[in-house]
Amino acid sequence: MSADAPNHTPTKKLRIATCSLAGCFGCHMSFLDVDEALADLIEHIEFDRSPFTDIKHVSEGGVDIGLIEGGLCNKENVEVLREFRARCTTLVAVGACAMYGGVPALRNGIPVSELVAEAYLGDDLHNPQIPSDPELPPLLNKVLPLHEVVPIDVTLAGCPPPAAAFRELILAALAERAAVIPRPDRHFD
Amino acid sequence: MTTPEVSSATPPLAKPDTFLLDGRAIPFTPGQTLMQAAQAAGVYIPHLCHHADFDPIGSCKVCSVRIQGRTVASCTMPARAGLVVESETPELHHDRQRLTQMLFVEGNHHCPFCEKSGACHLQAVAYHLDMQDTHFVHTAPHHEVDATHPDVWLDRSRCILCELCVRASREVDGKDVFAIGGRGAHTTLLVNSPSGQLHDSDVAVTDRAVHICPVGALMPKRQGFVIPIGQRPYDAADIAQRPEDS
Repeated sequence: MSADAPNHTPTKKLRIATCSLAGCFGCHMSFLDVDEALADLIEHIEFDRSPFTDIKHVSEGGVDIGLIEGGLCNKENVEVLREFRARCTTLVAVGACAMYGGVPALRNGIPVSELVAEAYLGDDLHNPQIPSDPELPPLLNKVLPLHEVVPIDVTLAGCPPPAAAFRELILAALAERAAVIPRPDRHFD
Repeated sequence: MTTPEVSSATPPLAKPDTFLLDGRAIPFTPGQTLMQAAQAAGVYIPHLCHHADFDPIGSCKVCSVRIQGRTVASCTMPARAGLVVESETPELHHDRQRLTQMLFVEGNHHCPFCEKSGACHLQAVAYHLDMQDTHFVHTAPHHEVDATHPDVWLDRSRCILCELCVRASREVDGKDVFAIGGRGAHTTLLVNSPSGQLHDSDVAVTDRAVHICPVGALMPKRQGFVIPIGQRPYDAADIAQRPEDS
């Protein structure tokens, strides 16, 4: 066990759910950048719904921490966010997209119909048509940050936040103290 | 009756006037603002629209301090002997954070791909104030980028209306290229040219106005991303440690 891992044995593992909404999975990759520290952490944490697991919904009994990367770009994103909010004790907005919409929010100010037409009805496309199957979630008019739809407890800034920020977040939760992310690990870019 | 004797001795040197800033005596010369005196004494008060080379305009309010329970802008408040000024209090820290968050949500501050990231005063002040999130609802303003000039470009969605380019163009460049126009939330930076665009204004890439912008709004072209991450001005240093830059 590394010197930084908690030296007490928690009676119960910290339960963590994660998901990517209008994200690029880069925040998840940065989380994995804790590298071998994950091997130490994994004795103390347990993943619930997450792209790392095959669990489809956040456990009804709730989890300790929900990590959400990405803003909200479609209706399904909003449903998932509400499920996380309802079932996570601490909900964390991870990265620039969750914090303020991020790069996807560049589409704000351009009507969705124009964007969709540009992407699906452009020249030189085979059988150009706008996807309309009801199984597809409709796009929101604007890409929104998480805090505009549900209350957020913690925000990890960064595009992506560095691995050290994820590590500190989890170590602090295990030690039942507030996370202190030092300035170099708390950049917006 | 006797004529009072006039002393020929040199009077003692006049001690400079002082005011108290968070309990510390700050000397000032008459005519200086609280900000000017604090800067001269090496004490940092967060600010965005203030610049030592120009008269203050008091638009950002980030330099707000408290005097006898009243909030004033330290960049416009004249120093007076004996003033008791508070700056580093939890309440002012909170207010400054909220003001900075307002500036973030009023524009499109996409630090992840902005060429000014790491060298931006707005971002650096946010870091200094330990700003964790943007708190408010984002307005996501839509402005056309003015890339009409061969060497200079303008993204108004990053402009914080500090008027430094306005002041620099007028007072240093002698050109009067920029102005602030509109009202309320619709206030924007204007370019004084027949088309309202940079290409038929008098602006040149060598102008002070182009280089004084504290954010990524008014920028020289083709100079983005030249400084490696880690070597940008505020990568390692807090803005309070680099007073020469602001």
